[in-house]
Amino acid sequence: MKKKLVSFVVVLLALVMIVTGCSSPADKTGGKNTESPKKKILRANNGSEPGSLDPALAQGTHESWILENIFEGLMTFNENGELVEGMAENYKISEDEITYTFTLRDGITWTNGDPVTAEDFEYSWKRVLAPETASGYASILYCIKGAEAYNTGKGSVDDVSVTALDEKTLEITLEIPTAYFLELTAFYTYFPINKNVVEENPDWAKDPATHVSNGPFKLVEWKHNNKIVLEKNEHYYNKKKIKLDGIDLDILEDQNTAWQKYRGEEYDLLIDVPASVVDQLKQTGSPELEIGLQVGTYYYNINPDVRPFNNAKVRKGLSMAIDREMIVEQVTQGGQIPAVGVVPPGMEDENGNDFRKSTGDLIEYNTEEAKKLFDEGLTEEGMAIEKFNNSNFVILYNTAESQRKIAEAIQEMWREVLGIKIGLENVDFQTKLKREQSGDYQVSRSGWMGDFMDPITFLGLWWSECAFNDVKYNNPEYDALIKEAKSTNDQNVRMAAMKKAEAILMKDMPVIPIYFYTQPFTVKSNVSGVFKVPVRYPTITYADIIE
Amino acid sequence: MSKYIFKRLLLSIITIWAVITITFVLMNTVPGNPFANENRRIPENIYENLIRKYGLDKPKSEQYITYLKNIARFDFGESMRSDAETVNEMINRGFPVSAALGFEALLISLIFGPILGTIAALYQNKTPDYISMIISIIGVSVPGFLMGTFLIQFIATKFDWVPIGGWGEFRHTILPSITLAMMPLAQISRLMRSGMLEILNQDYLKTAGSKGLTKSVIIMKHAVRNAILPIISILGTTISNLLAGSFVVEKIFGIPGIGMFFVNSVFNRDYTLIMGVTVFYAIVLITMMFLVDIAYTLIDPRIRLIKGGH
Amino acid sequence: MGGLAFKQDMFEKVSRKSHKTVEIKRPTIRYWEGVWHRLRQNKLAMTGLIILIIMGIMSIVGTRISGYRYYEQDLTKINQAPNSDYRFGTDELGRDLFSRVWLGTRYSLIIGICAALIDFLIGVLYGGIAGMSSRGVDVAMMRVAEIIYSIPHMLVVILISVVFSTSGTGTSVFILILAMTITGWVPMANLVRGQVLQLKESEYSLAAESLGASKGWILKKHIIPNALGPILINVTITIPKAIFSEATLSFMGLGLQPPSPSLGTLTNDGLAGMAVGRYYQIVIPSIFISLLMFSFNVLGDGLRDALDPKLRR
Repeated sequence: MKKKLVSFVVVLLALVMIVTGCSSPADKTGGKNTESPKKKILRANNGSEPGSLDPALAQGTHESWILENIFEGLMTFNENGELVEGMAENYKISEDEITYTFTLRDGITWTNGDPVTAEDFEYSWKRVLAPETASGYASILYCIKGAEAYNTGKGSVDDVSVTALDEKTLEITLEIPTAYFLELTAFYTYFPINKNVVEENPDWAKDPATHVSNGPFKLVEWKHNNKIVLEKNEHYYNKKKIKLDGIDLDILEDQNTAWQKYRGEEYDLLIDVPASVVDQLKQTGSPELEIGLQVGTYYYNINPDVRPFNNAKVRKGLSMAIDREMIVEQVTQGGQIPAVGVVPPGMEDENGNDFRKSTGDLIEYNTEEAKKLFDEGLTEEGMAIEKFNNSNFVILYNTAESQRKIAEAIQEMWREVLGIKIGLENVDFQTKLKREQSGDYQVSRSGWMGDFMDPITFLGLWWSECAFNDVKYNNPEYDALIKEAKSTNDQNVRMAAMKKAEAILMKDMPVIPIYFYTQPFTVKSNVSGVFKVPVRYPTITYADIIE
Repeated sequence: MSKYIFKRLLLSIITIWAVITITFVLMNTVPGNPFANENRRIPENIYENLIRKYGLDKPKSEQYITYLKNIARFDFGESMRSDAETVNEMINRGFPVSAALGFEALLISLIFGPILGTIAALYQNKTPDYISMIISIIGVSVPGFLMGTFLIQFIATKFDWVPIGGWGEFRHTILPSITLAMMPLAQISRLMRSGMLEILNQDYLKTAGSKGLTKSVIIMKHAVRNAILPIISILGTTISNLLAGSFVVEKIFGIPGIGMFFVNSVFNRDYTLIMGVTVFYAIVLITMMFLVDIAYTLIDPRIRLIKGGH
Repeated sequence: MGGLAFKQDMFEKVSRKSHKTVEIKRPTIRYWEGVWHRLRQNKLAMTGLIILIIMGIMSIVGTRISGYRYYEQDLTKINQAPNSDYRFGTDELGRDLFSRVWLGTRYSLIIGICAALIDFLIGVLYGGIAGMSSRGVDVAMMRVAEIIYSIPHMLVVILISVVFSTSGTGTSVFILILAMTITGWVPMANLVRGQVLQLKESEYSLAAESLGASKGWILKKHIIPNALGPILINVTITIPKAIFSEATLSFMGLGLQPPSPSLGTLTNDGLAGMAVGRYYQIVIPSIFISLLMFSFNVLGDGLRDALDPKLRR
């Protein structure tokens, strides 16, 4: 028996040695594309499989990141991240700021050689709005006159005010002046498609062989759930600005594996970096890490129909008890910015200053005041703290690692500062949405990403008529200010109204902002020209690889 | 025999119909819809356009009948989350990938499982038994997501010839198929060990031994043949699970198989895809079960397909 | 047929109750004594048993030893490597991993054992009945099992845990176990049925049947003891399987509700630290899982050897 035990131990030791022997550091050199050193191919990961590469049907970043490289709108972002004319040579805005006239460039063609015409634009936009197309993102075109009526089946296609006056001229009439319309024309739902190709083959976007686009790159290969290959478009009018010969995008969902591939020199750029890695890179001061600006706010919805959450003091108390600095430093670790309002930084006000800065901090962290306000609020509602604790209140969040950590941290902060017991409940995203819609929640995690650089994309959310106003916030004073900001192009009036509106909102605190999103990404040091426009994924169109 | 096969076929169709019905009820009980998206919120009127496009505005009973009709023609419909592929195309593309990987894993576990088990049984409570035990304990005690991540972290990043993830060449399959094989390998080796031990102690083997048969003949002729029976009984599910792919392994290694669909379709409420993969899985499983039953009768004449006849 | 004629009055009807059918069994008490005796001889199995007992006790008292409660966070002390204060280090929220790992062990044990027990009970009952019944009943029962089993496991688990999650508590441990066992018992039933079919036609069963033993009696006295080996092995596989299923669900974010940890959720949490070299966060819970598995496995093997009637001398 002794002999057996000895041999057992020996085997165990051998196994341990094998495992530990593997963990000794060893450098890996391969991975560089060796087959043709002249070609500059940027390798990155697209995360998940695109649902469609038809701009009308695309819905998220895993689609738009590709679309932004293979299509181009009337306006586009240049290599410095500035909004400039793209397909349009120039544009004219009418006196009343309602009519836009775009003149297209000469010599712009599709990847199949056809010229890009104003008619293509008219056709594409009307196609997005057609109810049969069922574009999930059609609402972004609603600022065009007649668009919403057509899309919702109440109006006719002929009343949509997009007209190709001739082959080169496109005229658009808006419902009301929209300050950010030019920027919208760079958004992917506004990208044109080739009318002839689409009418001939409705399945054109499914196969790289039939896919036709007008951007700096073209789609050459799409292995579903595996990889997407883009190649430089030789027909592109501005091709001398494009340094890359192609872009290879993996479709790899696992964050950790993707990071290992980046580390193993298989990617030149990585967007979805694990939080723990971001923290480590930040602490070691890695030059490869960049914290990109994002326009998004992470907040908690508070259900006003549940006592005592109807009380503003209770909500403010909850908000004040959250140490947001601690959350972004120790919990999320992705360089996020503690929220001091609902509008994230990066948007300009009437003087060209940052809207966030000029509005100032509207949220504070103060544990004593928090406790005081919360207790007062509870007393006003005639609720004892024991009653609160026995009410089985929960923070509802959708299943994801990051949401869970934040919820756990906030749960503990509320327990420590306010002495309250509140549970956690994770459900899948779909269930959470349903529960929010039916008001079956107390506190629920939410967030909003801006589509364009104007504070209204955030402040408009709590307008009483907004479909996404989950907490059903309804304040006539607030509504009046939002209406005012929406109906004019006078930046002085708009910004003043929106600043006032945000102050009111943060006084009532129907939602508790936690932090402003950022987008950390890593780029190898031999890659240049990658930058981030806040409303987009990092732009790789103008990247260059230095050998 | 042909009568038996016909009967099985008929029963299989009933089984699949029952599976469709249960799945239809279950998936319609779960809150949510295919068009809600984490990044994007869809306004009510656009949502209406979408449900009209996919026929979800029709009454549930009508949707159910439509499903049945289409499935009878093996048409699983359009995925509600992807405009690039139909459900049929997704399965056609993903299944060969998952199946190739599953087959490799099966091969590994079918070769090494019985060997390990046999060695363990022959050297009961001796060193080889313990080695085999340790391997099977690793197999059953390290969850796939851990095993996969460990393999990537400690093997793939150190050796150039094993890629970190992706799909395309044979070398891409090495780590994922090992990860997949660990569990069935362990199971098979343990079943083999216990089955062999049981048989080795039975009288007829002792008789065979006393008749002067050599040990290896005894093992091959009697022990292995008998011990393989319980292995075959688990093989049906093992094979279909391997063929249907694994969500965990496919996610970690970035493999474009169908394993992911089982989980993602539910999270996305992609009704047509849920239905498609469920029916597909049921067909694979039923086929495997049938084959296993046949194999069972071939190996063990004590069990007959139809009483009295053979 | 010859001159001998059978008449009814030549025979006497014997009821099963009035007559002891077969008396070729050994006393039960001595049987279990023998099992225990043989099990004690098996050093490996005893090691497993002792580990399990220690882990079982520690999973109850271990959460109180360090002085830190499992939910207490200290965001200034996140990701600390094991030290004298935090024996197993702290997690990403500065919680004491020592307390959390023991609590995780408790939940994993509960989930594993409950799931295996339910699978075992339903599986043996269902498979036993099917195997002993007439062909028609057998086929019908197996058809039902097949239908249940033909629905992809993960699909059922996710759907059940979503459908039955109640607002306020979410997916409770009970729902989790239910979701995992709702299809999990089928392999056990198949195994038992297969064994029963095989053993039913064995000489001793046939002998017992011809001696007038009832089906239940044969099942209880002959078939189950003989099938116990494979069944027990299957149970020892079912426990880790259930613990795994839960761990895999954690990987998909559907595991146990926080802040209650299971070994599965702890390992899953630990994955995040692996990329930056915080191995203790993943290695410790992994070792715990492996220890549990090791113990269940060697104990199962030992039990098998000890129980196996054919090994009795």
